[in-house]
Parts: sequence; structure tokens; C-alpha cells
Amino acid sequence: MILSYLARRLFLLGFVFVALTVFVFSLNYLFPGDLVSNLTGLRDISPQTQQQLQQLLALDQSLWQQYIAYNRRLLAGDWGLSFASQQPVLSEIMQVLPATLELAAYALCLSLFAGIPLGLLAAVKKDSLLERCISGIALIGYSMPVFWLALICIMLFSLQLGWLPTSGRLGVLFEVPTQTGFIFVDILLADHISRSAAAYSALLHLAMPTVILAAYPTNVMIRFVRTSMLEVLEQNYIKTARAKGLSRSQVLYRHGLRNALLPVTRQVGLQFSTLITLAMLTEVIFSWPGIGQWLINSIYQRNYPAIQAGLLVVSSLVICVNMLTEILHTLFNPLARKH
Amino acid sequence: MNFSYCRLGSLSLVLWLTGCQPVTVSNSSQGLVYCAEGSPESFNPQLVTSGTTIDAISQHLYDRLLDIDPDSGDLLPALAQQWQVSPDGLTYRFKLRPNVSFHQTDYFTPGRYFNAEDVVFTFNRMLLVEHPFFQTATEYPYFDSIEWRHRVKSITALSADEVEFRLNQPDSSFLSVLATDFAAILSGEYGAQLVAKQQKPLLDTQPIGTGPFKFRQYQKDVLIRYYRHDGYWRQHGDLQQLVIDIVPDNTKRLAKLLTRECDIAPIPRLAELQMFSKRPDFKVEQQTSMNVAFWAFNTQKAPFDRVEVRQALALAINKLTILQAVYFGQAEEANSVLPPNSWAYRKQSLSQSFDPAKAKELLRQAGYPDGFSIDIWAMPVQRLYNPNAQKMAELIQADLRAIGVKARVVSYEWNTFRRKLRQGEHDSVLIGWSADNADPDNFLRPLLSCAAAVSGSNRANWCDEHFDQFIAGAVQTTDTTQRRSYYLAAQQYLQQQMPLVPIAHSKRFQVKNSSVQGVTINPYGGISLVHAGKTP
Repeated sequence: MILSYLARRLFLLGFVFVALTVFVFSLNYLFPGDLVSNLTGLRDISPQTQQQLQQLLALDQSLWQQYIAYNRRLLAGDWGLSFASQQPVLSEIMQVLPATLELAAYALCLSLFAGIPLGLLAAVKKDSLLERCISGIALIGYSMPVFWLALICIMLFSLQLGWLPTSGRLGVLFEVPTQTGFIFVDILLADHISRSAAAYSALLHLAMPTVILAAYPTNVMIRFVRTSMLEVLEQNYIKTARAKGLSRSQVLYRHGLRNALLPVTRQVGLQFSTLITLAMLTEVIFSWPGIGQWLINSIYQRNYPAIQAGLLVVSSLVICVNMLTEILHTLFNPLARKH
Repeated sequence: MNFSYCRLGSLSLVLWLTGCQPVTVSNSSQGLVYCAEGSPESFNPQLVTSGTTIDAISQHLYDRLLDIDPDSGDLLPALAQQWQVSPDGLTYRFKLRPNVSFHQTDYFTPGRYFNAEDVVFTFNRMLLVEHPFFQTATEYPYFDSIEWRHRVKSITALSADEVEFRLNQPDSSFLSVLATDFAAILSGEYGAQLVAKQQKPLLDTQPIGTGPFKFRQYQKDVLIRYYRHDGYWRQHGDLQQLVIDIVPDNTKRLAKLLTRECDIAPIPRLAELQMFSKRPDFKVEQQTSMNVAFWAFNTQKAPFDRVEVRQALALAINKLTILQAVYFGQAEEANSVLPPNSWAYRKQSLSQSFDPAKAKELLRQAGYPDGFSIDIWAMPVQRLYNPNAQKMAELIQADLRAIGVKARVVSYEWNTFRRKLRQGEHDSVLIGWSADNADPDNFLRPLLSCAAAVSGSNRANWCDEHFDQFIAGAVQTTDTTQRRSYYLAAQQYLQQQMPLVPIAHSKRFQVKNSSVQGVTINPYGGISLVHAGKTP
């Protein structure tokens, strides 16, 4: 039963990837400029190399063959060169992606740890002042544009109060070589620096972007958990549990919370794409060296190979996370498996 | 009950906020952060002219044979302890400083001290086609502009600590050339090692010099990291690390100053200087720089080939308004191409000031009673000598309307702009020049000589044999009084001919955290942090 479900999901995943690669492949034709340049990232190609590349890229064959060759190169890790730096785009992405994942992961955790309890509280204390406070804050946070919030926070916490730095991941005086790309791991691996001071500096740099990035998903989470919990509390099995004589807390945690959180797993997946989009904005504002800033710079530079690769990586990431949460949701929820 | 949650929440929020003490982000007093406005183009000063690159590399990594005293403009001994000029002015002999060590880094360990071979290696690179590194660069912009290959005949090492330069003709500006930031001394031993390893391009990207800091790390558009060079031959400050943080955005650079993420930042926006000068924890430093902003006419094009027309246009513009609106009063009005602190400066008569009526009269005499149209090219970038060319162009446009000349402001992306300028496609252009050394020759030759008209740095495309005779005569004598008289004549001639209108000499500004000391701004080049230190 579960296996056939997984098989169906994987089939769908494969189909989505085919559609995605077809789209990205077609971008080579849609972008202005020379096709060979767009595909390889090479500039000022001499006639001889042009000839060789045409062979290599299967340009003398049918579109279908070209697409196959394109996928083969993707799988082999040959994603072309960046127009701007003439470095392989894949290695550039590998350098910037961890920074984004780090930021997004912390923001997601924060939104879960803050959003779920607050949402539950709002549901349990329905119609109280507390509930109104939480809902009010959630509504304001939900409607506030992230870039505006970021600028206000920089004004307040960096420029006025001087507590937090305005940009970057780490104080520049700490020399931490990039090994994994995850800042705390790199600090742990670095030599000749005061690790605690560096970690403290990294924490300070992380604080504002994380909180700001978490603002929107947290508020979505609050509202979602609250609604879901309220729905569950209306269910007959809750009334039954109460009638059985279970205590309020037992009813809430054992019967209410579990069922209310089921849709939340799915919501995490759905929020992830919004989170990545917002992360791009946050990265630009805080000069965070992640894939969002890299992609936006690539767009400014008309760096087509980089735009393609960035698109492919970010979309794949979002698709995979979505699929994963979907599968988790189904595994935890017997009702969903029936469909 | 419900209230208490709210109260508790707000209380903990307040506690959390007040619990944090203000932190200094760059908490190490051993390191200094300089926020630069752009990435360097290379790590070898021989290959560049941009002020940003020179600020980021030259004074930190390298030494020169001679230095310039920032205050007096006099030449000081540096890697050369003494020098002698032969009576005919053709031979220069330098006695070199002993026991000067090169940087020791991951990629190079020096096997010997600095000696005459290094000097020969450095300066022959631009001179001899057979030099192993001659071909690794496409051009040597500064040395090409001063016609290095024309001026210098040979460079020989007489002994380990003595070097001789032979010139083709007497050249009294020669010592000043050796004192510019571009004349940095490289390591011949490192060069030989790179040749052996077949990694020649590394000479310009992984630098080895004798300067107070050594190269450690460079990430394009992010940062440059230098470490202290412990064996430096001069006394220097106690900085262990110098980081050049690359922040192209003006606002972000200022924000970083305020949050102490930067210790020093150059070229603050003039409008924001006021705010910094009021705060006790920051210090605004200024220095009248050796630069000039000017409006050059393309003298190859009609009607700008007519002296009357150029004179009329010069009289039509009101420089004082420009000084107020563009420089916020932080610049001096320019009367000559040379700034007033140059020894060859000539105070011009007042007849040249703002006079629209006379300008109209001159235009009528030249045969343009109804005026004409003109394109004013305004450079698209902010430079020390001209913080806002666009605004300046608009002011000039308004002034010209008063004498019946219709002006159109034109701008292109910077690289395109320079390319089109070199091709002489402009009518007139607002641009400027920053001097590399204290010698007046450094203004007049690259800006207005016939050679410069060919190489493209003469924005007026002006080639005049009288003028060339003046500046050639001036460098063929070493007698200062005589040189001065040549330069005075040249300036007077320029005022008559008016191939370009000098507009302003701006001051150079930078803002630094008050805890930083010992920073010198050099009017002729890059910032020097040799003696810089930080009080914790």
C-alpha cells in the first residue's frame, strides 16, 4: 500500500523534473545571444571550438537529441561556466547554497517554535485578550512587506542602537576558510581564531536576518495552527474524550494537538517556496552571500548560464521539500493514505 | 489571568532588549577594517590607474624607491637611501637600502634581501620586450602615458646595492615618477620562481612586495585580507590584520561606519559629512587633493576649433554656483589646471570670471550671434574630483541657455563612455584628473600634450606645438626657477587658448572611527596605514 503510494509519488516527481529540465533547456533558445554561449557559458568562441562544441552539444542533431545531451551533461555535473567569472556555475552554487539553506533552516525552525505554541495558545484561549493580541500581531506581521521590516530593523537595531551588524555572515576580521559553507561548522573547523568570539559574531550577524525572514512564515503558522486547532476542538472525538473524563491537558495534547498538527506538516512544505523567495530579498538587504543574492546579481549581469542553473537548483529544492513533506504527511495520516 | 501573559511577554521583551549591551562588531583592536568602494582590478600597481585599486593595494603591499612628503611634496628616501643625478641630467644613480625583506607567504619564501636586481626586474618589465613578464600584461597605463619607453634608455645594476637609470633626454620630473604609487618595487626572485613554475600571471594576482602588510586572501566583491609583515624595515603600527571590506553602496558604507563594522571609509557623500562631523566618536579628515575637474571641448570639431567660441563658453558658466551645488562648498574654484598648492601654480587675472554679456559678444564676433547646439557629456560615475557630473552638466546647461547656446546632456555606461571619448565622438565633456605625483608635468602632459591626444587621455583632442614646447622645455632643465617660468608661460597660453575650462579642485574626505590613529591621506595617491593603530 505504502510502497505503491511512494512509487506513484516518485513517478510524479520524475515527471515534474522532466518538465522542469525541458523548461530550463528551452531557456537557452529563448534567452538572447548565441546558443552555444548560453549553453556553455564560454565567450568569444573561435570558429574551430564552435565546431567542436556543436558536436559536443549535439546541436547538429534533433532537438530531442540535444535535450538528451543536455540532461547527460547536467547529470555529469557539467553545468557550464558563469559569464561573469568564467568559473563553473555548479561550484559557485555549491559555495552560496549552504548560506541560504542555513538562513532558511533557522528561520523555518524559528517559525515552527514560535508559531505553533502561539497558534495553540490563541486557539485554546479563544476570544480572550491574549488571543486578540496574538491574532492582531500575526495579522500585522502577515501584511508587512519583508524589505520594509528589514530596513526598519536595520535603522533601529543597527544605526540607532548599534546592537547588531548590518550585513554579512561574520565579522570580517575573523578569517574562517569556507569548508562546508555552514558558518558554525566552518568556525569549528577553523584554526588560529577565537572560536567563541567568532561564533558570537556569527550569531549576531544571523540574528536580524533570521528573525526578519521568519516573520512571515511564523505569522502564517500562527493563523494556520489556530484555525486547525479550533477545527479539531469542534470534533466529536474531543467531546467524547472530555466526556470520558480526561483532563483538559490530556485532551489537548493527546487528542487535539496531534490531529491539529497533521495539516501543519503539509503547510511547512507549502511555506518553503515562499520562504526561499523571501530569503532572496533578505539576502540582498543584508548582503548575505547566499544563492538569492547570487541569482539576483546574475540577472543584473545577464549571466544566462547562472540564471538557468540557479533556477534549476532552487526549483528542484522546492519541489523536493514539497514532495518530502507530502510523503511525511501521508505516512503520519492514515486518512490521507486511503485516497 | 490573560493580562498577565501579555505583561509577562512585554516584560521579557524589555529585559531581552536591555540585557544586550552595545557590542563592537569588529572587536579586535589588532585588526582594522577599511571599507572600499570597489574591487581592485589587479594587485600590481604597474597595471592600473584607478584610485580605488591604488588605495586598496599600493601603500599596503609595496614600497617605492622614493616617497613623497604628503605635506610639502618633497621627495623622501624610501628603498633608495641616496641618489645622485649626473650634471647632464641623463644618469640617475640610487644607493639602495640594505636588509629590506620581502613578504613571506604561503606561496613564496624569500631567499634573500631586497637588492638592485629587484629594481631592474621591476622597471625593465615596462621597458624591454624580452623581459619575461612584458607580454603578460596588455598595457601599463601610467607608464605608457608618461612614455616610459621613450624616456628611459637603460636600467642597470652596478652592484648589489646600486642601480643606475640612463635617460634619453634630461627629465626633471623623473624622480617624481619613481615616487608615484605606480612605481612599486616587485621581487625579482619571486618573478624567477613564477617563470620556472610557468605561472607568470600570478605576479599580478598573488603579490609579493616589501610593504607593511602581506597578502593573505582575496574574494572578489567581498574582501581583501592582509596580514602584518613582521620584518618590515620601517617602524610601523601594531595592526596584525588589515581587512579591506568591499562595499560599493554609499549608504551601506556609511551604515557600516555607524555600526563600527568599518573603521575607515573613503569618499563619503558630501551631504552626509555634516552628520559625521557633529559626532564625537567619528573624525572627518580632509585634504586638498591634487586634482582638477574640468570641462574639455573637442577642439577637432567645429565650432570648438575657434578660440573665441571656447573663451565665450568659459565666460558663460558660473563656477561659484557649481561649487555650492555640486561640491557643497567643499572644493576650491579652479583658475588653472594646476591646483593652488602646486609650486608652479599661477594666479590668473580676474578677467576670466563669470561674464555672460562678454560671452555673448565673443560669440557674435565668432559669427554665432544666435548661438548653436552643444552636447555636454557627463561622466556616469562618482569620482573624487567630480561627485556629480550630471548635476554639474545641468547647471552648465542652464548657464549656456542665457547666452543662447542650446546644450544637451549626454551620458553612457562608464566603459562605453570612455571608449567613445577616446574615439573623439564628444562635443564637450565633464571629467577630471587626479595627480599621481607632485610634479606639474603630471597635470599638463597627460591632459594636454600632443602625445596624450594620440593615446586618448587628452580629452580636448588638442595638439599645439607651442604648448608642447613649453612643457618639453620645462622637463629638460633641473633649475626650478626656470622650470617655473616655463610652466607659468604654459598656463598663460592655456588661458588664452582655453582647450578646457578648469572648474574645481575638490578636497578629499574620509570618515574614521575616533579610535583609529596614524592614518595618512596622501594627496598624490593611495591611503597609507603604515602607522595606523587602534585604541581599544
